[in-house]
Amino acid sequence: MSTDVTINSADRSSTAVETVAPPIKSRRRNKRGGYHQTWREAIRKDWRLYTFLILPLVFLAIFRYLPMAGNIIAFRRFRPGGSLFGDYWVGFYYFEMFWNDPTFWRVFTNTIIIGALSLAIVFPLPIILALLLNEVRVRRFKRVVQTITYLPHFMSIVIVAGIVFQLTSLDGTINQIIRAVGADPISFMQDPSWFRPIYIGSEIWQTVGWGTILYLAALTTIDDQLYEAARIDGANRWQQTWHVTIPGITPTMVVLLILNIGSFLAVGFEKILLLYNPLLYPTADVISTYLYRVGIASGSYSYSTAIGLFEAIIGLTLVLSANAISRRLVGSSLW
Amino acid sequence: MVTIDPTKDAPDLADIRPSTRTVKETTGYRIFKYANYFTLLMISAITLYPFINLVAKAFSAEGYIAAGQVNLIPRGFNTTTFAAVMSDSMFWINYRNTVVYTVVATAIAMVLTTTFAYALAKKHLKGRSIFVGIAVFTMFFSGGLIPNYLLINSIGFKNTIWAIVIPNAISVFNLLIMKSFFENFPTELEEAAAIDGLSTYGIFGRIVLPLSKAVLATMILFYAVSFWNSWFQAFLYMDRSELYPVTIYLRNLLAAATSMEDMGSDNVQIASNVQSVTMVLTVLPIVCVYPFIQRFFVSGVMLGSVKG
Repeated sequence: MSTDVTINSADRSSTAVETVAPPIKSRRRNKRGGYHQTWREAIRKDWRLYTFLILPLVFLAIFRYLPMAGNIIAFRRFRPGGSLFGDYWVGFYYFEMFWNDPTFWRVFTNTIIIGALSLAIVFPLPIILALLLNEVRVRRFKRVVQTITYLPHFMSIVIVAGIVFQLTSLDGTINQIIRAVGADPISFMQDPSWFRPIYIGSEIWQTVGWGTILYLAALTTIDDQLYEAARIDGANRWQQTWHVTIPGITPTMVVLLILNIGSFLAVGFEKILLLYNPLLYPTADVISTYLYRVGIASGSYSYSTAIGLFEAIIGLTLVLSANAISRRLVGSSLW
Repeated sequence: MVTIDPTKDAPDLADIRPSTRTVKETTGYRIFKYANYFTLLMISAITLYPFINLVAKAFSAEGYIAAGQVNLIPRGFNTTTFAAVMSDSMFWINYRNTVVYTVVATAIAMVLTTTFAYALAKKHLKGRSIFVGIAVFTMFFSGGLIPNYLLINSIGFKNTIWAIVIPNAISVFNLLIMKSFFENFPTELEEAAAIDGLSTYGIFGRIVLPLSKAVLATMILFYAVSFWNSWFQAFLYMDRSELYPVTIYLRNLLAAATSMEDMGSDNVQIASNVQSVTMVLTVLPIVCVYPFIQRFFVSGVMLGSVKG
């Protein structure tokens, strides 16, 4: 870098013919046979392109990386109105605090249960629906089913919550059915034991149809000759599905599974925040909602940042390990 | 008008795969076929039911709702609740806020995403992979709720439109879709324009953008729907009801009803009627444009999946 600068300052004082020569001499061929470009040369040549990067990079620095750095208050005492990055170091004080907080472990368990239920129930359903759609032979019918099942994806979470309240209220459809079979109506939204089924049910309703898209797209890339070969070998439709279709969509499944595992702990924060009430805390309260209450409602910023950082690091670790495992076992990965 | 529309080449997901046309119709498969049609019909019915139920409740008399007699068809048909909600000036103020927030946020997001994606799509750009890495890393690790909250408050965005329209201006997912589209943009067109003397800005503004209308439309829809539906940013940073978007208006209705139900009040049923009307009015624009925009969404997601 320093040599560049001296060459350049020399350039300016010399004649125009000489100014062209030194950069060419300093160029080296790199491995790919192209010329090695210094930053100075790159910026001189592409400065207009670099101006395109300024605003987005400033945006990312302020609204993504500054909050990341702001996580430092998990280790520091934060005073409202004081520095964004806290006043003085307290080490792992806040981590020990939540580690010894029984409420934290309750919400941690709830998070894992809801995350595991989503992964086990909600994740496979789009695959099954895509396979069922794949067997439809009436194009119009297929299109109508697709159009209808995609619709809930476009609804705001507030609308979904509203629909859940409507259906589960005492005068709602579910209780109408319960009354019709002669049982007593249930106050669903006041009974903690019903929260998980309701949550999972609403997730299924909203996400399953839309979730089929990537699988249906993967299905279109499977070579029909594979099915033909399987048929010649005497495979029936079920065997064709098992030995041709499923392997064909496995890479898609793996990638989506990795992404799902990565967001395992970030279970539907906004939806739960809308749906739950203190009566449902025993099953509905998850890490993110607890963090929200402790942090924003009660103002324990450092404490809740420590919890958030813990959650984010687990999330990152899960993605990285799921990715590494799948690359080794299945050969497909995110990167 | 010429546009480069990669969505046209994308397969239509409603197409019937040849492999299913040649399936031998054994008895077993025939039974499966009818069971399958029945299952898909049921799934569609269950998906649609809550919407129909909402509309039915919105037009029903409170007595029938309270008695638990409203499901598919309105009973005691009336439009008084509609009139009541629509005469609430706060509802319209909040509705207008939603429109304003959505338009401004989408515009900002499009400017940042498009320019960023275009620069990142240039393979020769030095430092390109570093910049891509900087963007992608934010998908997997983020600052978390509290640091974001403290930041937005400390830069004075609280109770301003900026708290809603700026912090989510770049969706990395959308960025990657645009980037892969620009990467496949025919280089001959840009080279020809460069020879004709256009600068990078000229090429971008006069050649690339006009030819990318299909993808730009898809991105605008992606952003617009997500901003239209968002509520949490406003919930965190807006204290005054005249600044709320309509989603917060609705959330407050739901929250009020829930707390009333806790106290065992009779007002729950009335709330249920008002809620339904508000929900119907909130989803109406989306349901109306949905049949036309659905195609863009599907192809947009598939554009993104090419990369993954």
